[in-house]
Amino acid sequence: MNATRTAAAGLTTGWLIAVAAQAGAQPAKPERFGLGRPATEAEIAVLDIDVGPDGAGLPIGQGRAGDGAPVWAQACAVCHGAAGEGGTAGPVVGRGQDRPTVGSYWPYATTLWDYINRAMPRNRPGTLTAHEVYGLVAWILAANEIIGEADVMDAETLPAVLMPARDQFVPDDRRGGPEVR
Amino acid sequence: MSKNSPPTSRLSRRELIAGTLGAVAAAPLAAQQQAVETTRRPGRGPNELDQRSPFVTPRRDPSPTSSRTPLQDLQGTITPADLHFERHHGGVPEIDPDRYELLVHGMVDRPTVFTLADLKRFPAVSRICFLECSGNLRRGSAETLPQMVCGLTSQTEWTGVMLSTVLNEVGAHRGATWFLAEGQDAAVMTRSVPIDKAYDDAMIVYAQNGDALMPGNGYPARLLLPGWEGNASVKWLRRIELSDRSFMTREETSRYSEPVGEEGQIRQFSFVMDARSIITEPAYPTTLEPGWHEIRGLAWSGRGLITRVEVSVDGGANWDGAELQAPVLPKAHARFRHPWHWEGGTAEIMSRATDETGYVQPSWEALRTARGPRTRYHQNPVTSWTVGDDGRVLFGVERLRS
Ligand code: HEC
Repeated sequence: MNATRTAAAGLTTGWLIAVAAQAGAQPAKPERFGLGRPATEAEIAVLDIDVGPDGAGLPIGQGRAGDGAPVWAQACAVCHGAAGEGGTAGPVVGRGQDRPTVGSYWPYATTLWDYINRAMPRNRPGTLTAHEVYGLVAWILAANEIIGEADVMDAETLPAVLMPARDQFVPDDRRGGPEVR
Repeated sequence: MSKNSPPTSRLSRRELIAGTLGAVAAAPLAAQQQAVETTRRPGRGPNELDQRSPFVTPRRDPSPTSSRTPLQDLQGTITPADLHFERHHGGVPEIDPDRYELLVHGMVDRPTVFTLADLKRFPAVSRICFLECSGNLRRGSAETLPQMVCGLTSQTEWTGVMLSTVLNEVGAHRGATWFLAEGQDAAVMTRSVPIDKAYDDAMIVYAQNGDALMPGNGYPARLLLPGWEGNASVKWLRRIELSDRSFMTREETSRYSEPVGEEGQIRQFSFVMDARSIITEPAYPTTLEPGWHEIRGLAWSGRGLITRVEVSVDGGANWDGAELQAPVLPKAHARFRHPWHWEGGTAEIMSRATDETGYVQPSWEALRTARGPRTRYHQNPVTSWTVGDDGRVLFGVERLRS
C-alpha cells in the first residue's frame, strides 16, 4: 500500500521514486513476491508419486508373488538374475549381512513399491502398472521369505509388512567436535 | 608430467639427473625460438567462446555412474563448471527451460508452480561452497591420482534463491518437519531433508560460476544443501513436498546409510560431510627432483570453517601448520600450501584438517575403530603420498589397509 502511494507521487519524475525508495518508503522486502501460479489438484496428482512408510500414496491394486514372477522374468531378471541373486545389477534377494539387500537391509516394504515404480526397470522406468508393481514387490518379499507365496500385497497389507532390518536403523550421532564417530 | 604419460620405466637417479640436464641444455634454444616465432605472425582474433590452450587438457575421469574432478590439475578453489564432478543414478536429462516447472506442495497454504523465470525473479543470493559425494574414497593401488582418491568433490559459486524465501511464498505450515526433493531424471531421484536445513542455508540454484548450470549439475535448477552429502542436493528439481515425517526413500535407506558398530546398527540421515583434506601436489604420477617444492592441497568441512591444516613429511611423526589461502569460507574448499625441501631419500607426505568444531580429520584406523569394518560412506581418512629414493610419488595405500 505504501508502495502504491509512493509510485503515484513519483509519477511526475522517476527521480522522485528513486529518492523515495532510498528513503525506505517502499518495504525492503514484501511479505510475498506474488510469483508462481496456483497448482491444480490434477497437476499435483500427476507428479505426486511418492509412497510413504505409512503407506500414504499407495494406489489401488494388488498382487501376489505368482503375479510378479512372470514380470520379473521378463523385465528384471536380465540385470538382477533369475532368482534376484544379482547380475550386472545388485541382488534384491538375500539375508546375508555382507551385501545389503532387501532381505537384510531395507527398513520399509513401502520403499520397494516407491522405488520400483519410479526407477525400474532401469532401461524403461515408469512403464509398470500398479498391479505389476504390487506383484513384483510381493515376488521380491516372498523370495526373501518375508511374506508367504500366497500373501496379497495391496495398500493395506504392504505397510504392515515388518522388514527384518527395521529396528537396526539409528539416527546420525556425529556432532563435530573432537570425537570420531 | 600429465596423467596421460605416467612414468613407465624406473630410471635410476643418475639417469634421471642426466636426462634432466640434457633437457635443460636444449630448452633455452627452443624457448627462445618460440618466443620470437609467435611475434612474427598475428594470432587468432576474438571469438565467441574461448577454449583451453591445446596444451592444456584436464579431463574428468568417467565411470558408468560418475565422473571425477581432476584435483591435481587445479590450483585455486573454484572448479571450472566443465570439470565439476558428476554422480547421477539415471543419466543426465535434457530439459527445455521454457517447459521447466517446479511444484511446491504438501503442508503449505498455497500449492504453487514456479517457472524458471519465477525462480529468477526472487531475490538472488550467491554462495561459494563445495559439493561432495559421500562415497568419495578409492583405496585401490599405489598408482592412484588425487582425482581417483577423492575427485568426487568440487567447488562452485552458486546463485539462486534461498529455499526459505520460496517456502515463505507458498505459506509453509509450522508443523512441517521434512520436505521431499524430487528430480526429473530417469531415477526420479528423491531425498527427504529436515526442514531446518531449508530455514538455515538451503537454496534452489540456477547458476554455476555465474553461468547457467551445466546439464550434469542439474540444469536448469537444483537443490543446494551446503556442507551436506551431494546426493541430497537433488538435481533437475521438479518437486518439493512438505511433510511431518520423512519419506524413507531408497536413497536414504538402502543407500547413503551405513552399518556402524558391532550390533548391526545402520546409521541413517548422515548428511554432514566431516572435515577432510588431500594433498593434490606432489602426487602420483609426479617424480620429484631434489630441492624446494610446495606441498599444495584442499581442505574442507561441511560443519563450517577450516581452522587449521597440518602437513607432515615424515609419515605423521611431526606436523607443521600449513598456510591457508584467504578468504577461508565456511563449508568451502580452502587451499593450503606448505614449502618443503626434499633432499632425496624416502618420505611420506600427508595432510590433516581441523574445523571450527574442533573435529580433526581422523586416520583410517580411527574411523574403522569408531564405525566397524563395514562402514561404506563418509570415509574421510588422512591419506598420504610416499616418495621413493628415486623421487617417484605413489599413493600411500598402506595407510588405508585392513
Ligand atoms: C537394465 C538393467 C536393469 C533392469 C532391467 C532392472 N534393474 Fe533394477 N536396478 C538396476 C541398477 C543398475 C540398480 C542400481 C541403481 C542405482 O543404484 O542407482 C537397480 C536397483 C534396483 C533395486 C534396488 C536394490 C537395492 O538394494 O537398493 C531394486 C529393488 C530393483 N532394481 C528392482 C528391479 C525390478 C523389480 C526390475 C524389473 C521391473 C528391475 N529392477 C529391472 C538395473 C536394472
